[in-house]
Amino acid sequence: MKTYILSAVSGLALVAASAAIADPEAEVLHYWTSGGEAKSVAVLQEEFAANGGTWTDMPVAGGGGDAAMTALRARVLSGNAPTAVQLKGPAIQEWYEEGVLADISSVAEANNWDAVLPASIAGHMKCEGTWCAAPVNVHRVDWIWANASVLEANGIEMPTTWDEFNAAAEKLQAAGIIPLAHGGQAWQDATVFEAVALGILGPDGYRKAFVDLDMDTIKSDEMKAVFDQMRTMRGFVDDNFSGRDWNLATAMVMNGEAAFQIMGDWAKGEFMAAGKAPGEDFLCASTPGDGFLYNVDSFAMFNVDGEDKKAGQELLAKLVVGENFQEVFNLNKGSIPARTDVSLDAFDQCATLSASDMNASSEGGSLLPSYAHGMALRGAQAGAITDTVTAHFNSDMSADDAVNMLADAIANSM
Amino acid sequence: MLKWLETHTPKMVLAPSFIAVLIFVYGFIAWTGWVSLTRSRLLPKYEIDGLIQYDRLFASPRWDTAFGNLFIFGALFIVIAMVLGLVLAILLDQNIRTEGALRTIYLYPMALSMIVTGTAWKWILNPGLGLEATVQGWGFETFSFDWLVDPDMAIYTVVIAAIWQSSGFVMALFLAGLRSVDTEIIRAAQVDGIPTWRVYTAIILPSMAPIFLSAFIVLSHLAIKSFDLVIALTGGGPGYATDLPATYMYAMAFSRGDLGQAASSAMVMMLVVFAIVVPYLYSELRSKDG
Repeated sequence: MKTYILSAVSGLALVAASAAIADPEAEVLHYWTSGGEAKSVAVLQEEFAANGGTWTDMPVAGGGGDAAMTALRARVLSGNAPTAVQLKGPAIQEWYEEGVLADISSVAEANNWDAVLPASIAGHMKCEGTWCAAPVNVHRVDWIWANASVLEANGIEMPTTWDEFNAAAEKLQAAGIIPLAHGGQAWQDATVFEAVALGILGPDGYRKAFVDLDMDTIKSDEMKAVFDQMRTMRGFVDDNFSGRDWNLATAMVMNGEAAFQIMGDWAKGEFMAAGKAPGEDFLCASTPGDGFLYNVDSFAMFNVDGEDKKAGQELLAKLVVGENFQEVFNLNKGSIPARTDVSLDAFDQCATLSASDMNASSEGGSLLPSYAHGMALRGAQAGAITDTVTAHFNSDMSADDAVNMLADAIANSM
Repeated sequence: MLKWLETHTPKMVLAPSFIAVLIFVYGFIAWTGWVSLTRSRLLPKYEIDGLIQYDRLFASPRWDTAFGNLFIFGALFIVIAMVLGLVLAILLDQNIRTEGALRTIYLYPMALSMIVTGTAWKWILNPGLGLEATVQGWGFETFSFDWLVDPDMAIYTVVIAAIWQSSGFVMALFLAGLRSVDTEIIRAAQVDGIPTWRVYTAIILPSMAPIFLSAFIVLSHLAIKSFDLVIALTGGGPGYATDLPATYMYAMAFSRGDLGQAASSAMVMMLVVFAIVVPYLYSELRSKDG
């Protein structure tokens, strides 16, 4: 009997001792729920478990993260934030200002994040000098995709200026092919708009307009030229584009119904899933003009209590920016690693091009955040711009009116 | 003791639901009103900052479109659904055979959710797949019906789908009303040789005034809270041409992180509902008193 009590007591002591060391634990809120995305998250889960952690998955499907953000708001308001949340762009700083983000600078410094991440991307992960988020990948937004055989049959090269694009589109239209596959949803209009704006305003003009919200640039003649080009592009889209999903537009390029699509590199995933090969069946190039528009997925770390959760947070941050995860995850997701020192041998030619452009842009100062995908501006301002862009694209508004409306909408959103 | 229970039991039974309504309806209305006076963005803040959100709201062209659409959609939807419902009800009221089956056919759309209605009509009205393509396929090459993708006309496609959905329900309401009119009066009128249309316009319809009012109230609140139909049918597009106040509120609250703006639009929507419901309640209460 005595030995029984003794062993029970020592057993308890053992439990207590192991609790003090703290097994890493993490509850992760994310909205990667589609096939390829879920597979990518599983990579992280496995790695987390292999390092002795306990992962509690909290996937919230739907709505480009709207539903997940609503869930997050409820959790934060009730004082029970998840350990890590899939957040991106200025939303990270917005949450930081609410006073709910944790400091993971110790992990960042120990793993030398400043040296391995491009400076402008690292900037998104910092909140007033401390690190508060970890980047997972880089999606390039300013891509133009094309059907290789359609271009070949019509003797067209990938356009390098918007004038070349217009000339090619007119030629295609005359041949009875839809020049530009496009889906008429506000965010898709915004995606095309920012690619056009980057080409016409140039990287500095883009930064002034959509990062600094400089009113002179927004009201400039160049901005009018951007809207004029959008009007021209409207003529290259078929009449039935309203409300079409982006992947249906990609399918139009795939089966030769349309020639081009302007969309981020998630479109590549659609081509790949259909068994098409880059360079043979479809072509990829950056949209006309200099610069690189990125959309970086990241995990922001929230304030949590308990050693085990803090350990989980640190382990998660370390793994997310770790070389292995960055390679495997991005091979699954179709994006490129945020780290610049990951070997790209396993990646396809579009991803390799994207990575080398990213490094060059980072050095040249033209690595820019995408406004249409919530990287450059806060929700209210980005939404105001998108409202104007989609109103212009879907009506016969003049470029002058559009520019005035844009300036008013931005001022009204402050 | 028994007497005490007798007088207090109803109050005690009602108290929980009364308190729940007080908190979860009126409490939250007050909370929304408060938030609409602040600069809340991602999370609610509680420092009152005047009417700034309302200024922003009324300066927003998107809200103008949404609010204007509410009146276009609301007016057309209510009037046409009521007229159509009434005509169907009168036609069905002629003691025809298989009335039960016909009534079910007309009423059935009401059993579908607005999402299903919206999706089905999205396909029907899509110029590349639906009506337009079909008629053109029959050889009428010049036939055009592209309202769904025309920003000026798209709101009317929402009206069409909503009427299709609701007029059967209005018909059922009116049919019940027609049947409740005293047959003695009608028979007396017929004996006097008064034509049927006169019987309807002079006797039956005036006696159905309360049913008209009920139908109006039900349809107008359907119109104001309309959300799912627009989301399924047009997604608010092309551009934001078919936005309604409810979709505006949703966009501000859940995708833009602009809670103050969402709260102020919700308050304006509530005022519109009040403008309709308060006169109704007033007339109801007054008639009870008198």
